[in-house]
Amino acid sequence: MKRKDILGLYDLSAEEIDEILTTGLSMKKLLRQNIKKLPHLQGKSVTTLFYENSTRTRCSFELAAKYMGAHVVNIAAESSSVKKGETLVDTGKTLDAMKNDVIVIRHPMGGAPRLLANTVKAHVVNAGDGMNEHPSQALLDMLTMRENFGKIEGLKVAILGDIRHSRVAKSNLFGLKKLGAEVTMYAPRTLIPTDIEKLGAKVCSSREEAAEGADVVMGLRIQLERQHGGLFPSLGEYARFYGVNDEVMKHAKKGALVMHPGPVNRGVELTSTLIDGDTSRIEEQVLSGIAVRMAMLFLLTKEEI
Amino acid sequence: MIFKNAEIVFQDGARKADIRTEKGKIVEIAPQIEGKGKDLSGLTVFPGLIDMHVHLREPGFEKKENIESGCKAAVKGGFTQICCMPNTSPVTDNKVVVTYIKARAEEVNLCKVHPVGAITKGQEGNELSAIGAMKAAGAVALSEDGKTVEDTKIMSLAMQYASDFGLVCLCHCEDKGLVDGGVVNEGFRSTLTGLKGSIRAAEDIIIAREICLSESLNIPVHICHVSTYSGVQIIREAKARGVFVTAETCPHYFTLTDEVVSSFDTNTKVNPPLREEKDRLAILEGLKDGTLDCIVTDHAPHHADDKNVEYNLAAFGISGLETSFALSYTALVKSGLISLPQLAEKMSARPAKILGLEGGELAVGKSADFTAVDLNEEWTVDPAAFVSKGKNTPFAGRKVFGRVKLTVVDGEIKYEEK
Repeated sequence: MKRKDILGLYDLSAEEIDEILTTGLSMKKLLRQNIKKLPHLQGKSVTTLFYENSTRTRCSFELAAKYMGAHVVNIAAESSSVKKGETLVDTGKTLDAMKNDVIVIRHPMGGAPRLLANTVKAHVVNAGDGMNEHPSQALLDMLTMRENFGKIEGLKVAILGDIRHSRVAKSNLFGLKKLGAEVTMYAPRTLIPTDIEKLGAKVCSSREEAAEGADVVMGLRIQLERQHGGLFPSLGEYARFYGVNDEVMKHAKKGALVMHPGPVNRGVELTSTLIDGDTSRIEEQVLSGIAVRMAMLFLLTKEEI
Repeated sequence: MIFKNAEIVFQDGARKADIRTEKGKIVEIAPQIEGKGKDLSGLTVFPGLIDMHVHLREPGFEKKENIESGCKAAVKGGFTQICCMPNTSPVTDNKVVVTYIKARAEEVNLCKVHPVGAITKGQEGNELSAIGAMKAAGAVALSEDGKTVEDTKIMSLAMQYASDFGLVCLCHCEDKGLVDGGVVNEGFRSTLTGLKGSIRAAEDIIIAREICLSESLNIPVHICHVSTYSGVQIIREAKARGVFVTAETCPHYFTLTDEVVSSFDTNTKVNPPLREEKDRLAILEGLKDGTLDCIVTDHAPHHADDKNVEYNLAAFGISGLETSFALSYTALVKSGLISLPQLAEKMSARPAKILGLEGGELAVGKSADFTAVDLNEEWTVDPAAFVSKGKNTPFAGRKVFGRVKLTVVDGEIKYEEK
């Protein structure tokens, strides 16, 4: 990989995505063998800079870096100089001066990782920025799909949930389209982003239509705050008219996978039967997450021969 | 003083003539005037340009701009008169601030500066500001620019009271609840970037509201910086049925679309936001058919610190005084859309008429305010060369035609390109 930063799947070519997935699959094999001491990042420093709360993504990046021997520093916005009014650009310059090799940033505002990347010499990895992108999440979803189906091309993926506020939906859409998959979407009109069709998604008029013939049905988290913002009346009503259940899954291909980036609201986006069922890959996604993040960190920092 | 051999833009067309000035007035315009003078061969002379929508930032935000740097930028851009918006600190809502701005502008002694007073005290939307006193001190209009007077009742009362003093309200149109923190146009680009969008209706609803008030009360109203295709249509329909509404737009709304926000370059962040191609085309059509009366800059200078941050946190605004003429000339006249006299009307005569200022016409007995331009010179926008403190422009590197060479105010040369 010949780029300095991974800011989103919109920027990556199909070849680059393929390279990350292929490397990620190798990493996942090692992890399955419980091998957690690799030399790839030995002597390198990785800082996670999180301006938004996160447990799984931050832990996943931290473990990915540590399993490959990197020094890891975690900065949470609450404890950092942000509270003292330091700008992102100045924070970036400071982290650069400390000889960081990689900065993994999560930020509530779209484009913040790009601003940081333009400022620092270190590699920047976007761990989620506002409503823009969440590339490592989409890559781990795609890794999980590729592991199950052997390839992404020709797959039909249905995405249901809060698509409007979801960086996961967008990164998945960019990545899946580049690798030749088909993407359908369904959500209340208030949770569908304007002109998303122009990015290649098919917006359906029912959950059954979205799930029709799907290889993968992906639920996205519905945040309770959205209800208070008037985007839908209640979680109960959401579950009744928009949630994914066994009836909806009957329209998908037999044995179609159930996925979710987590954390799940049981009985809202997906029924518990589906979450705990044989076709669920939700826990599998977590291991894919560490593997794909190892691949991202390694490919960004490896020296070209 | 005699200005010789220029092509002069009159209301009925452009033709070669000499201009003689005396004591700040034009005393003679003739095909040839005998005597020594300033040779303007190859240049085109416009009535002094008037920008009725500028932020000078003084008092209060001198890090961004002050009256001196703003006036330098104005005359460099060919403007002989500018109106400055009241969102200063303290807010221009009383005669003291109006008097201060006028006094500073007189000391600076470059272009004519006309303060615009706030509609409500502190621009808080609750009580009327000292409208009569500000008029007496020299305010030429009222505006809440930067926001809308949210309470429709207060707005209707303000329009009525202001009309007693012959002051028109310049309306910044934005339904705050609907904008809800949006920073770009709601559409494909907001979806692509994940930046929060603001729908056209947020602007259109208030445009329609101000027009309804104007129509009900039979009081003129002026709509600021129109950016939507639907807003243009609302104004067009209102004008057709005789509502006394006038409207302005800015060069960025007819030269750019929201395509440029994909770079996350904060210099593209402006309020109202850059919209889509159909809006840009409708703005051009509105300028052509006269729905949009005039071109203003909404000159909004900012310090680099206000822009070198996350897109959501960056200040809204474009530093526009030094690029307005060339962008407008290139997009509107060079392209064949409108004529030179029509451009002069939109950048000089109409603003003068709307505000009741002298200007907009080159004729014997009028103030000797004019701008000489080399229409054939192509140049590249370079923010580093701006004399405004605000280097914030999305036009860096853009090639444009029309270079201001000379700006004359009351017969005195206030700017001449070195």
